[in-house]
Amino acid sequence: MSVSGFVQEKDKREGWNRPPVMEPDGEADLLEVAMGPHHPSTHGVFRMDVALDGERVIRLKPVFGYLHRNHEKLGEGMSYLGSMPFTDRLDYMCPLTNNWAYALAVEKLTGQEVPERAEYLRVILGELTRVVNHASAIGFLIQEMGASGTPLMYAFKQREKILDLFEALTGARMMVNYMRFGGCRVDATPAWLAAVRKVLDGLPQFADEFENLLTGNEILMARSQGVGILRPELAVNAGVTGPMLRASGINYDIRKVDGYSIYNRFKFRVPLGEHWDVYDRFMIRLLEMRESFGIIDQALKGIPAGPIMDPKAKLRGFRPKPGEAYGRIEAPKGELGFYLISDGGPNPYRYRIRPPSLINLTVLEDMCLGSNVADVVLIFGSVDIVLGEVDR
Amino acid sequence: MKTVEEIKAAIESAVPDARVDVVPNPSVSGQHSLLVAPETAVAVTTFLRDDEELSLDFLSNATGVDWLDREVAEKVKVTRTVMKTVDGVETQVEETVEETQKRVVPGYLEAVYHLFSVAKGHGPVVIRMRTVNRTDQVQLPSLTPVWRSAEFQEREIFDLFGIVYTGHPDLRRLLMWDEFKDHPMRRDYVEPDDFEYEPTAHDEVLKRAQEHAARVAAQTGAGQEGAGA
Repeated sequence: MSVSGFVQEKDKREGWNRPPVMEPDGEADLLEVAMGPHHPSTHGVFRMDVALDGERVIRLKPVFGYLHRNHEKLGEGMSYLGSMPFTDRLDYMCPLTNNWAYALAVEKLTGQEVPERAEYLRVILGELTRVVNHASAIGFLIQEMGASGTPLMYAFKQREKILDLFEALTGARMMVNYMRFGGCRVDATPAWLAAVRKVLDGLPQFADEFENLLTGNEILMARSQGVGILRPELAVNAGVTGPMLRASGINYDIRKVDGYSIYNRFKFRVPLGEHWDVYDRFMIRLLEMRESFGIIDQALKGIPAGPIMDPKAKLRGFRPKPGEAYGRIEAPKGELGFYLISDGGPNPYRYRIRPPSLINLTVLEDMCLGSNVADVVLIFGSVDIVLGEVDR
Repeated sequence: MKTVEEIKAAIESAVPDARVDVVPNPSVSGQHSLLVAPETAVAVTTFLRDDEELSLDFLSNATGVDWLDREVAEKVKVTRTVMKTVDGVETQVEETVEETQKRVVPGYLEAVYHLFSVAKGHGPVVIRMRTVNRTDQVQLPSLTPVWRSAEFQEREIFDLFGIVYTGHPDLRRLLMWDEFKDHPMRRDYVEPDDFEYEPTAHDEVLKRAQEHAARVAAQTGAGQEGAGA
């Protein structure tokens, strides 16, 4: 297989994958701080119960559930197609990849084929979503470092251009409800593809600007280098995926490993981190954005004419045969999977979402222990989560 | 990658007293799973993680499924003694009849784990564990010591399905609040009757709120204040 560069360290010690128990220095009293649920850095409603010895973090327990609406239960109560618009609300920064993961899982369950043109559209939209997500993630990360606004506004300027494209195609900026089992909902016009090309032509310049503005910045380097180190063997064991995992130096990109959709037709590289810290996570996102430009460019050149829906696809009265399937994609935040069990009825018997944001937070305590409280905000920002997906 | 039957054989040769069954998946996805007995689950999964050839080092997805008691109709041959009149004389005759009998298969809670290999790039291998019933014997061994990624996901299963994991380092509710009693993802979960919190009840909600207020009044004997009234 294409995965290499990682040799599993067989650590047999008891509890090697647990966060260490830290003791305060001397007789000092611990200060317990509840960061959140309305802390500006928590990207929504999320709480970290932190125990501090002076500035040093001794214990950190994340608290979830403020945005919980039992999405999975809702999914069991409605038809397969009925859940599609709800997936937009999971990771609301990247609705199209959520649609894609769900459509992929159902297609695995039923064995439906997706036409060429629809696959190309999915790739273009998926990679545009990745650009949106990574640019905003970097913007928010720098914002948490104290640079109020400027880098975030640079990112949002491009995000708006891409969201305009989404709106032109799907009718909505964020709640797109675009993909269907066996294809996509509406076809792209030549004018829309030309508009994508125009936006794409401006993106490398944006990436250069962004990079010149940020990568060599002394404050950014001082704040983020050597902070929040995540060891590769722990990252794999804790199920961390996406840019977080690759920043820890592990070559695992589901686009390469599974080769789902038509990703094995495109040439792109998988950037890897060497220092496993916050700076690497920032840098990986920048580099992945540039690879996405290449994929969109190749997809725009290769997109064929043709139908966008499987002619045999059945949208109404859709009842998959009994069975189960797990489908996963490389969403911008990590592995987004849907696990479906069908009992032959119109509703799924079990509808499970594997949220990358929640599982990437498993190692938050490990990364934060021993660092200053100001770095907690930064480390948390480098995980890149959306609470709509964490709490579901 | 090895098929499930080959993985089953590998487990049985490496872990002597392991009980593993293949659960076929009739769907076209072809993701068959292995049913692991809870007693040896930690030994089996440690083997799956550490085996050179499988090296399933990445537990991607852990989730619960609730299977209710279900009735299965079976055709059974039953021999009965029937009184029959043969040639005008009433005699006892043995008669074999095929009869449809209904049998209740007890429900259980199931934990499903999807394993992949980062080192080898293969997967998924699906393993399942089942509890004895849905009420009092709902313990399963935690796989968090083997794969850390199970930590939050098993907490979520405990929270929403009520599977109690033994050996989990920090088994608390994840999404619901600590004082919450029930397990919302169970199939027979009933929403709590809490319409007194509805600030501007109207139409159907108002009706339900009034019904609730009446119920509360009947229970407490007081009931001067009614929701939505």
